[in-house]
Amino acid sequence: MIQLYNVSKFYPKGIKALSGVTLQIEKGEFVFIVGPSGAGKSTLIKLIFREELPTKGQIYIKGRSIVRMKPREVPYLRRQIGIVFQDFRLLPDRTVFENVAFAMQVVGAGRAEIKRRVPEVLRLAGLTDRTQMYPRQLSGGEQQRVAIARALVNKPVLLIADEPTGNLDLDTSWEIINCLQEINQRGTTVLIATHAREIVDTLRQRVIALDRGKVVRDEYRGAYAHAT
Amino acid sequence: MRRNGWLNFAAAGTTAVSLFVLGISILLIVNANYIAKTVESNVEIMVYLEEGLKDEGVEALRMQIMRLPGVKEARFISKEEALASLERQMGKGSQLRESLGGTNPLPDAYKVRTVEPRQVVSTAAAINRLAGVEKVRYGQGVVEKLFRLTYWVRAVSFGVMGFFGLCAVFLIATTIRLTMYARRREISIMKYVGATDWFVRWPFLLEGIILGGGGALAAIGVLYFSYSFLAAKIQAALAFFPLVNERSVLLQLFEGLLTAGVGLGVIGSYISVHRYLRV
Repeated sequence: MIQLYNVSKFYPKGIKALSGVTLQIEKGEFVFIVGPSGAGKSTLIKLIFREELPTKGQIYIKGRSIVRMKPREVPYLRRQIGIVFQDFRLLPDRTVFENVAFAMQVVGAGRAEIKRRVPEVLRLAGLTDRTQMYPRQLSGGEQQRVAIARALVNKPVLLIADEPTGNLDLDTSWEIINCLQEINQRGTTVLIATHAREIVDTLRQRVIALDRGKVVRDEYRGAYAHAT
Repeated sequence: MRRNGWLNFAAAGTTAVSLFVLGISILLIVNANYIAKTVESNVEIMVYLEEGLKDEGVEALRMQIMRLPGVKEARFISKEEALASLERQMGKGSQLRESLGGTNPLPDAYKVRTVEPRQVVSTAAAINRLAGVEKVRYGQGVVEKLFRLTYWVRAVSFGVMGFFGLCAVFLIATTIRLTMYARRREISIMKYVGATDWFVRWPFLLEGIILGGGGALAAIGVLYFSYSFLAAKIQAALAFFPLVNERSVLLQLFEGLLTAGVGLGVIGSYISVHRYLRV
């Protein structure tokens, strides 16, 4: 599904965000990426999402090099990837329905298709009774679920979440993580960058730990920190 | 578009004001040019013929003058006509003929006009060299000053037009960038969910066209009414004052302004969108 070979990303002024990262993620996996701030988690996500290009190395998604990909092919790559951010990034002047429908309009979906598909994902996200509300009328957890519904609406093969629970309390965070797990069980590969130690330790999923731009640990059924 | 009401209004308003000012400066230039041209075209060469030149010689001279480059017409003015015209200028009470004692000291003459007013000086020099010519007059000195003046009128008016044109571009680009800034969030989300650049771009281009075109139409409306009003006033007060008032000229100006408005809208939004597409 995702393959990185010896990927490095340097920023100006000698900042080495990632150096020599090699890793593989298979279809259907549920992966946590952990590590302190500045370890390179966000950079890794930006590279997979092709928001930025690596300084060195190769990245393949579904067997295609996204490093050699032409800029005009990037939108079609992104349609296969759903993305969720810490700050939700919803449009404040649109309802829940419109926010989710927006992602379908952007990829040129028809009216009928939107009417059928949007309620479907909103049900999956548990937002059926919030359809006509505006983001400011929702709690943080609900807003994040809208963002997840938006990321899912175009049926991506991969869902990336960058600190999805960073702005939420523990109970709400569990709600979001459970939602992501359910999505994973329906066949979507899920990649979560997180600081939420308790959640990572409880779920015992695959954990990739980054520190100062390097993969320091990659274990299945892992914990947030080293098992001692 | 409906969600950024006042900002769009500001953009259209800015376009309208800029194009209005641009339109005014163009009208000023067109009129300044027109006045300059009218004044210039009144410049003519008086060719005084030698005393006692035979009719064949007079006609031969005419042919020679007409053959010179840049000569538009050469009208013969007999000494009789010249005297009659002088009499008219001096008024009824003047006893011109009596004081001249029945003689006519004035020479026959050709009044020569050139195609381009500027050719007057060189043409006059050429005519002066022809046989049978006594003297050539074209308001030496004055004409050169006049040409220098009209040159500066044109230069300054083009400078003014260029300046206001640049102002319009700058104001519109700034306003559209402001509109874009207000919607950068929407644009970045579009890019995140996989919108192509053109999908993001075309509504903004359309918006640019509508804003620029709408602004231009508003400017044209105000310009049309204020100019017709002013032209009528001026014409009533100073009947001889030359003013451009042909529909075709105004129509051309208005077409130009509309094209400029739409063009500015498209260019402005294209440039502004470009910055936010890099996600």
